[in-house]
Amino acid sequence: MIEKLMNIDRRIIFILVALAVIIPSLLEVNFPITISQPTRSAYDYIEALPPGSTLMIGFNYGPSSFAELHPMAKAVIYHCFQKKIQVIGMTLLAEGATLGDEMLKDVAAEAGAVYGENYVYLGFRPGATQVLLGMGTAIDSVFEADYAETPLAEIPMMADIKNYGQIDLVLDLASGSSTEWWITYTNTRYNQQIAAGVTGVIVSQMYPYLQTGQLIGLMPGLLGAAEYEKLIDRPAKGTEGMSIQSFAHLLVVGLVILGNITFFIQRRQAE
Amino acid sequence: MRRQVPLVLCFAFGIVMALTEFSPHRWSKSINEEVIDWALVIGPFALVLAIATLVQTHWARIRRRSEYWQYSFLVFIGMIVMLAFGIPFGQKNPAFTWLFRHVQVPMDATMFSLLAFFIASAAYRAFRARTLEASLLLGAAVIVMIGNVPIGDVIWNAVMPFRDNLPSDARQWILDNPNLSARRGIILGISLGVISQSIRIILGIERSYLGGVEGD
Repeated sequence: MIEKLMNIDRRIIFILVALAVIIPSLLEVNFPITISQPTRSAYDYIEALPPGSTLMIGFNYGPSSFAELHPMAKAVIYHCFQKKIQVIGMTLLAEGATLGDEMLKDVAAEAGAVYGENYVYLGFRPGATQVLLGMGTAIDSVFEADYAETPLAEIPMMADIKNYGQIDLVLDLASGSSTEWWITYTNTRYNQQIAAGVTGVIVSQMYPYLQTGQLIGLMPGLLGAAEYEKLIDRPAKGTEGMSIQSFAHLLVVGLVILGNITFFIQRRQAE
Repeated sequence: MRRQVPLVLCFAFGIVMALTEFSPHRWSKSINEEVIDWALVIGPFALVLAIATLVQTHWARIRRRSEYWQYSFLVFIGMIVMLAFGIPFGQKNPAFTWLFRHVQVPMDATMFSLLAFFIASAAYRAFRARTLEASLLLGAAVIVMIGNVPIGDVIWNAVMPFRDNLPSDARQWILDNPNLSARRGIILGISLGVISQSIRIILGIERSYLGGVEGD
């Protein structure tokens, strides 16, 4: 029996994982979300910004992290549009260009935001470090035109936005090291306020920056999206995903515990 | 000469950029900004280099009939199709967007989703409390995993009503304290390493970035 459990066919585990994801998504189970302090700090900062402030959002993720970071982007952008905060979208990753464009258009259509007045999308430029440093001098030295090739000089919203001096907060949505680039090149050099929303696997790397105040807030993976959705009272994909993720985590924890029980029994028998 | 020129350039730019970074004088700032503009122009050349390397690597695989060489054709097909739509018509072209949305996005998302299955299987087989260190890691991982999902608090509050939301609070404590301390140590170590390596490169002691064989 113990031997069988130790050498369980991995396909059985795969089926259990599939069931742990499929069943809750069909049943539409929802659990209450507890708000963590780092997400609340990001929300409070944006909530305290007066109408007409500017938030720059970096869509620094590709399709592989789409499920975790897109709900977060949606919640924050909706919150900004509700509060009449101007949004500038950009990306340091080529894969993020289309994702950012579609996201901004979708949320703008829901919130009734107007392109060029409430939001602008700059798209992608190669050379992350140079892009971040260049925007500190002049945004139009890096992005001479927006994603639709309209010169920035012709976009009303950009008339008074020249560099980081006019940007109240940068929100970096990251699946890689981009948050650290923002901190190194814009927070340290230009004193730019930065918040981040990152995938679950890199959350732990961000805590030193949170503690020093180099990050004013941090949204951890899908949980961060669910927390932000709760804060703006607009449950969506993040909340839905957390319930499904709950069962998947329970399964993995259960498997780890079962694996260790069988390991200890086998070791005792061997002794 | 082939090695001296890059070494001199590296030394000159390294020293100038390090000095201008810390000097608030307007001349210093303008030099710094000017060089950053040059770097912006140089950046895209890296893309050309990356494409050349990709083509070279996969062409060599096909020529040598290495293991799974057939997949290299898929790399070329993918690249040629995306370039054929992307370069002449731009990245907002409907065909380019369609390919991204309906080919790249689902494939990328699928690849990443598969990790959940393999992680579950690997956790069952390999995550064992064999030593004290492994036991601590296991305990912390279980707490963070349970505290990271709302069901952890729901179960805890139902079973142990004396301290609400303990799993999520415990997770936060682990991230705020042991995790933060360990990460800071790692960051400091990496930073000191980067500083020493940069000094070695600027002074020409470390030359491996030039490629080739010593004495070329």
